[in-house]
Amino acid sequence: MTTVDLGTIRRLVSVTVDDVEHRVPEGATIMDVLDSAGADTPRLCQAPNLTPVNACRVCVVEVEGSRPLVPSCARRVEDGMVVRTDTDRVAHSRRMVLELLGSANDMSQAGDDVARWSIEYGADPERYGPVGPPAAAGERGNRHAGHHSAPDGETRATVAQPVTVDNDLYVRDYARCILCYKCVEACGTDAQNTFAIAVAGRGFDATISTEFAVPLPDSACVYCGNCIGVCPTGALKSVAEHERREAGVWDPEGETVTSTICSFCGVGCTLELHVQDNTIVNVTSPHDHSVTHGHLCIKGRFGFQHVQNVAPPRDR
Amino acid sequence: MDLTLLADAPTTAERAAVDAVVGSAPGTGPGSPTDPADGTGAADEGRRDLLLPAFHAVMDAVGWISRGALSYVCETLHVPPAEAYGVATFYALFSVTPRAPRIAHVCDDVGCAAFGGEDLCAAMEERLGPEGSGEEVTWTRSPCLGLCERAPAVFLQTTHGHGQIAPADADAVTHALDGEDVAGPDPVVSTPQAGSPDLELLSRVGVVDPGDLDSYRAAGGYAGLRRALAVGPARVVDEITVASLTGRGGAAFPTGTKWSAVAGSPDPVKYLVCNADESEPGTFKDRVLMEADPFALVEAMTVAGIAVGARLGYLYVRGEYPAAEAALLRAISEARRHGYLGDDVMGSGRVFDLEVRRGAGAYICGEETALMNSLEGRRGEPRAKPPFPTVSGLFGKPTVINNVETLVNVLRIVEQGGPAFASVGSGRSTGTKLFCLSGVVARPGVYEVPMGTTLRELLELAGGVPVGLKAILLGGAAGSFVTPDQLDVPLTLEGTREIGATLGSGVVLCFDESTDFAAVLRRIAGFFRDESCGQCVPCRVGTVRQEEALARIERGREIGGRTVELQLLDDVDRVMTDASICGLGQTAASAVRSALSLGLIGSGGGARRNGDHP
Repeated sequence: MTTVDLGTIRRLVSVTVDDVEHRVPEGATIMDVLDSAGADTPRLCQAPNLTPVNACRVCVVEVEGSRPLVPSCARRVEDGMVVRTDTDRVAHSRRMVLELLGSANDMSQAGDDVARWSIEYGADPERYGPVGPPAAAGERGNRHAGHHSAPDGETRATVAQPVTVDNDLYVRDYARCILCYKCVEACGTDAQNTFAIAVAGRGFDATISTEFAVPLPDSACVYCGNCIGVCPTGALKSVAEHERREAGVWDPEGETVTSTICSFCGVGCTLELHVQDNTIVNVTSPHDHSVTHGHLCIKGRFGFQHVQNVAPPRDR
Repeated sequence: MDLTLLADAPTTAERAAVDAVVGSAPGTGPGSPTDPADGTGAADEGRRDLLLPAFHAVMDAVGWISRGALSYVCETLHVPPAEAYGVATFYALFSVTPRAPRIAHVCDDVGCAAFGGEDLCAAMEERLGPEGSGEEVTWTRSPCLGLCERAPAVFLQTTHGHGQIAPADADAVTHALDGEDVAGPDPVVSTPQAGSPDLELLSRVGVVDPGDLDSYRAAGGYAGLRRALAVGPARVVDEITVASLTGRGGAAFPTGTKWSAVAGSPDPVKYLVCNADESEPGTFKDRVLMEADPFALVEAMTVAGIAVGARLGYLYVRGEYPAAEAALLRAISEARRHGYLGDDVMGSGRVFDLEVRRGAGAYICGEETALMNSLEGRRGEPRAKPPFPTVSGLFGKPTVINNVETLVNVLRIVEQGGPAFASVGSGRSTGTKLFCLSGVVARPGVYEVPMGTTLRELLELAGGVPVGLKAILLGGAAGSFVTPDQLDVPLTLEGTREIGATLGSGVVLCFDESTDFAAVLRRIAGFFRDESCGQCVPCRVGTVRQEEALARIERGREIGGRTVELQLLDDVDRVMTDASICGLGQTAASAVRSALSLGLIGSGGGARRNGDHP
């Protein structure tokens, strides 16, 4: 006999979004409602396989009775809730979040969605003045909380800094880091429970860091790469992808994706092999896969050299 | 969770400092985070809540947190080192790089800068070299130290103790850094009304000996708790509700609503937290109450804790308030010794006790959920609300969190009844209110007046409307400027709102016509840029862009002209106000907005110094 898991039976509540009433299960988020209605709601720190952290604020909406705007990714619906997404305030805040991030970060690898939203909402990062000088390697991590040099406003401060390459598997390009907390969550309680990285420092000077910014090989990192898997801006990426981008041969249009099952152990994780130029460049897993929820281990994510006899083994 | 620790070993001194904290911490007492009956999951994380106390102990012993010390703290408390490092680097009073073990934090904030603070910074630089230099002694600029009535202020953080000097001069600071004892500030000089029969909150200030329980009892102390125990928790909560007591920390939330929610929760474990992390620039009222009448806060917390069903209360005291912390620790220990705290409060069979925790230099921890994260040994980042603390607060439990002044009001309400309290003032603004007067006033200090007193009347108490008064920063850096033509505003929640201002935390910081408002605004913008926790984009980047735009306006270097810059500031203002997670970001543009609209800066007036920057 087949049994069907119905999950928890939830009562339906009534939510009005832009004058249209929706009946949705109790416990759904506002974003769930917006998604099911087909709205194109921008998001950066939200991911379906991570706990919402409400940090980026790009998904904000108006909720009747709340003076500040509300993050749709995290706020759960209540019966009778009245939501508006079509107001000036919502559009302004979404535009400004994209604009402020664009003014401080390199968003060029944040994907097509972000590029589209930036145009759609009219983000203009350039109006904050010319870009200031980048920080030297490690300098941003050494700033003391509560102390900064007063700016003269001639240039705009950014988080620009050199790429950190301290291991063979992935690079950390923190000039692109928008502090969405996704990597910290994936490294911590949401997936890996390794806690190799955390947010350090404060305010604009906050960084993602190991303890005392030691290189990853000296930290608790187990190279599962789940941080790469959730990074929305290309701040964390595989060495393979980084090198191809640096060499100018990164070719997302020519990329094929092949689904398979990981052969390393009996868990049976679904893998998606991203192949460019007949070479595996990345391995991911679908976030809605019941076994992985998008997360893998070092073997699944990086243990593919043996299937492609392209390069000779490194050290013989 | 397996910990991967760095190989560095702690020194003997570091190890001893950490062991002393962990060894002396109340272990598994009733209501403590490791109470097995609690089941919050806090126990699974070891004693992470001791992370800040452990870091403080290391700082106090050796002056900085080394790799070995951090590793030992992590091993002892079972905290991943990356997370512990994230916490250590969040707080301004901690250093993870070697630093002089004796350091003077010199206030250059709005209440001090023009009143000797900048001169003192210059003098310190002359004596000790640039900020942060020096191997044994050094100095650094600091945000408001809560001693504004006696500017300029200095906080001493040394391996032979902490102290405050106000008013400070370079001689006194260098002597103190060299180990000379400094007399702590005398709170009595901070309350010019001391001894007046009209006072309620300040009635014992300067009258009782803050270290003597008998003196407190002789002045009517513990009558409130006695009555609270006699009438029972439900009646106490009712009286607070009837009194219409609103929070005095700045948000003015109805206290009775918080108390009823927690008292009515079926959860067997609840907490009471006192927010004594007073750090709104220009605010010093809570400091004065704690230093001069600590038993009142201890008694009020006991009343509150028993009323809402909490068995343990936490007092989170600002790290820059060593005298207040010492006074409270002494009062708690005395109260415990005499049965006013502990397993059988005043023979009633009720259980309530208090723990004091020290902040570590983070304005954001005055935000209630950030404070709770800090108490739990985390970065002081505000949490998303809902859930509100009354549902899921400290360690995930229903929690009442109140400001110091709010709590001290409780005693009078319990003694006199809610209606009597509500008969003072009007509307939602009931009772008396403390105001912190500083700047160009004849007699700065904390003043207590009934709600509804006008700003002019308040200034009269402090020696009259200052000559040449140009503007008053009302409510703090998160408040706004008001002008001499608005002095007849009644000081109520409603009255101030009507003129687009706020009571905030009771700041009344007066500036005269000689003020360089561009410098004031620069400091306020820099303050928010420094104190933003960095969690949400609008505040993290917005405070940076606001400061940059103001710098351009001040220098006459606008991009695209004045109108374009003002539009940019308004755009940043709107996203911070609308979309920031917490009150810090939501008010980070408030003072700037009001200064611009009043033409205090950027109007080509005297504050503009075009010639300075060719």
